Amino acid sequence: MATKKFGAPIRRNEDARLLTGQALYVDDVELPGMLYAAFLRSNVAHARIRGIDVSAARARDGVVAVYTAEDLGDYWAPGPVLVPPPPIAGTVFNARTQVPLAKDKVRHVGEPLAVVLAQSRCLAEDALGDIEIDLEPLAAVVDLEKAQTDAAGRVHDDVRGNIAARVHQSRGNYAAACAGAAHIIARRFLYDHGASSPIETRGVVANWDPRANQLTIWDTTQAPVFLRNGLAGMLGLSERQVRVIAPFVGGGFGPKIMLFYPEEVVIPWVAMKLNRPVKWIEDRLEHFFATTQERGQTHDAEIALDADGRILGVKDVFLHDTGAYNPYGLTVPINSQCTLLGPYVIPNYDSAFTAIFTNKPIVTPYRGAGRQHGVFVIERLLDIAAHELKIDRAEIRRRNLIPPDAFPYNNEIIYQDFTPLSYDSGNYEPILDKALEMVGYERFLAEEQPRLRAQGRHVGIGVACYVEGTGIGPYEGAKVQVQANGKVSVATGIGTQGQGHFTVFAQIVADQLGVEVTDVDVVTGDTDQFYWGAGTFASRGAVVAGNAVNEAGKAVRQKILKLAAEHFECAEEDLEIADGRVSVVGTGQAIKLGALALKANPMRGAVKQGAEPGLESTQYFGPPSGATASGVHAMIVEVDPQTFTLQVLKYVVVHDCGTVINPLILAGQIHGGVAQGIGNAFYEQLVFDDEGQLLNASLADYLLPTALEVPHMDLAHTVTVSPLNPLGIKGAGEAGAIPVGPLFAQAIEDALGLQERNVELNEIPLSPSRLFELTAKLR
Amino acid sequence: MSTETHDITVTVNGTPYRRQVEARLLLSDFLRHDLLLAGTHVGCEHGVCGACTILFDGVPTRSCLMFAAQADGHAIATVEGLATDRDHLHPLQEAMRDCHGLQCGYCTPGILMTMKVFLEETPSPDEAQIREALSGNLCRCTGYQHIVEAVQLAAERLRR
Repeated sequence: MATKKFGAPIRRNEDARLLTGQALYVDDVELPGMLYAAFLRSNVAHARIRGIDVSAARARDGVVAVYTAEDLGDYWAPGPVLVPPPPIAGTVFNARTQVPLAKDKVRHVGEPLAVVLAQSRCLAEDALGDIEIDLEPLAAVVDLEKAQTDAAGRVHDDVRGNIAARVHQSRGNYAAACAGAAHIIARRFLYDHGASSPIETRGVVANWDPRANQLTIWDTTQAPVFLRNGLAGMLGLSERQVRVIAPFVGGGFGPKIMLFYPEEVVIPWVAMKLNRPVKWIEDRLEHFFATTQERGQTHDAEIALDADGRILGVKDVFLHDTGAYNPYGLTVPINSQCTLLGPYVIPNYDSAFTAIFTNKPIVTPYRGAGRQHGVFVIERLLDIAAHELKIDRAEIRRRNLIPPDAFPYNNEIIYQDFTPLSYDSGNYEPILDKALEMVGYERFLAEEQPRLRAQGRHVGIGVACYVEGTGIGPYEGAKVQVQANGKVSVATGIGTQGQGHFTVFAQIVADQLGVEVTDVDVVTGDTDQFYWGAGTFASRGAVVAGNAVNEAGKAVRQKILKLAAEHFECAEEDLEIADGRVSVVGTGQAIKLGALALKANPMRGAVKQGAEPGLESTQYFGPPSGATASGVHAMIVEVDPQTFTLQVLKYVVVHDCGTVINPLILAGQIHGGVAQGIGNAFYEQLVFDDEGQLLNASLADYLLPTALEVPHMDLAHTVTVSPLNPLGIKGAGEAGAIPVGPLFAQAIEDALGLQERNVELNEIPLSPSRLFELTAKLR
Repeated sequence: MSTETHDITVTVNGTPYRRQVEARLLLSDFLRHDLLLAGTHVGCEHGVCGACTILFDGVPTRSCLMFAAQADGHAIATVEGLATDRDHLHPLQEAMRDCHGLQCGYCTPGILMTMKVFLEETPSPDEAQIREALSGNLCRCTGYQHIVEAVQLAAERLRR
């Protein structure tokens, strides 16, 4: 076989189109006769709807139609619960899901009330101003603790205390562990995660073709197959009549996996009703309300340790803000609950959470998906313990790492994928060692920091560990097919938002079938190209779809060998597949793959029973459970004690995601994750007032990090293969984002010498102004 | 409702276009939807993200902050005009590809147009200069590092 493609830093197949402005995104779809939609959205967080008068809007020139919930008739229905709660005994779960257009009540700012269809988007927006709405404002439920009292209003009239869910999981016996503890540390932690803010907002274009009886939907979704199946059911169509295309999608990071967004339900219905193509593109202001986000949790956590700093147990009780509806079930808080355990031996664990409905936009997973919240709690507890027990911060982590011979390591609680939280493989100490070496930990503490402090500079170091559950089921599939032109086509059901699927899947197949990576044409996110699949989420594309591609590639390789052996009347062992040809070793005889593919679909002659035409195979892969990646981030930061602005002097990531398919793409995933983690740690916060109004709904006020806030990062990898899939890979999509919050808190504390002065940074996000407030007592 | 229109002549990537446009039509929407040059992307429509950056008489400019009518008589360059064809990319495009300087690709056209002029004005930039010049363009995918490396590589290749 020629040079191995799998594992090489190969540049991407998709880039030429993207770099020349030729890649199709949803807003690029232009169809004759298209109508443009604009949604009238609630400008208050909580109100009863007394009436909506759309008559003036309907009368405006250029307006074709205006619809409210009433007009949807029987089509109007709350969306499904996408992810039901895992089977955890005693779980309370009150499902309340979003509706296509609000009826009776609005429950968050931005909830859609009506849709206008007009000849242009401008005209549609003009007409929004013609609609008269009569709303009876209700007290907004905003604060998580107040929400549970009888004095608070109710987001859903029939849900007392605004309780969306209660879940309790435990391992061992925390109370008994406490009895033997030398130290018990208890704190309250606040962790707020923000908006994913892809540079491309959401959008939907729908076109009903009455001649073909087919509905085509271009959607920025991360889950095209689910969208097709769901919409077909809602619209009374067969699945084959609905084609969902997720073309190039300009970033997702989680919220684009959410479905069915109201606009996704309304736009296809309108297209069929009016028999016209319809486009809706979310604007940036809408994005802050209409697209799901993550937000805050309040943790009251406790850690019990022995005299040497070994963890005896952890207890955690937390509140989770789920927003106005909970279609995504418990994924985010379950991730928080599970990921808190990190890479550590925590023999006794007792964790209970309450998810609260609030009059705020819906919370669904955003890169990290609640893992950050849990990691923040355990990492901060260890920092505080290290300080109180006078143990080095890296050392206390080392003492508690799960040893390499303890895998698979079962944490004895249930994870988001409904399986026991069991780590498949790992070797954590070398990762920590490598990170400490790369950041220069010992030398910094012994020499650099004292020297710089003597110069009056405020520099600090941090080190944070984490694990990431990745690559969960249920399954993905792939079809690999040799084309008559000698190229190879790969189709899968997942969507792609920049992860490099067009290249990594091609690398897998290129090795199997002896072709160049550039000769593998990968299709993702088109339900007419591949019928089944779940979607792109939970760092699972490469793991689950990648292994399906591998299985299909293997099967096609066998077909190639079998057919070529018949063709050449030789043994399969005498054949070699390379350079796009099958040749008989040592004879000079060869046939191009394209020619062989044509032979696999003969026009005449009998075929043997059981023979399949074409050089193609469709295979599915479903892992028994998720593969657990792990890593350590370390950083040196300088803080300006006057302005509390930061300069990151060094940032190190050491990461283990098993076998690496493409190190260049992997580095990109890590870099991007860290950048989002930095935004979360220090720059981004969705600020709601007491009335549930978002006060900073623009990119001028909600601060995404720029090239000046994101530092150069030094990356290294260790490889502990996953035994759960043949390629041995683990996911990497979320790894960069997960431990940045606690790392910032720790390093900033160190830089300002806060621990010595009894100031702890037990919340994220921080910011210059928040640091100023938190250190007020020192001035 | 504004129905005021203007007759404009705009040269885009060397090709003159005559169109009648509504007074309120943004330049970004004109390029994307009237001229079907959809390579220019729109991320925020309030001038922060930089995805819609085009060259207006050679100057990097946010096309979401201008009306199409203001472009009357002016020359515009967009990402579609950067490469001669798909097989002959501009050195900046080539370097972005070599360094994995893009992921979802949505912010990329604005970054290419901004950096093209930056490299013309600053042929031997250091990392700090590149980061400063990049800081008006938001990228949510890459963490910028590979973009910085791509700009450095492109600068080297352009100097040769």
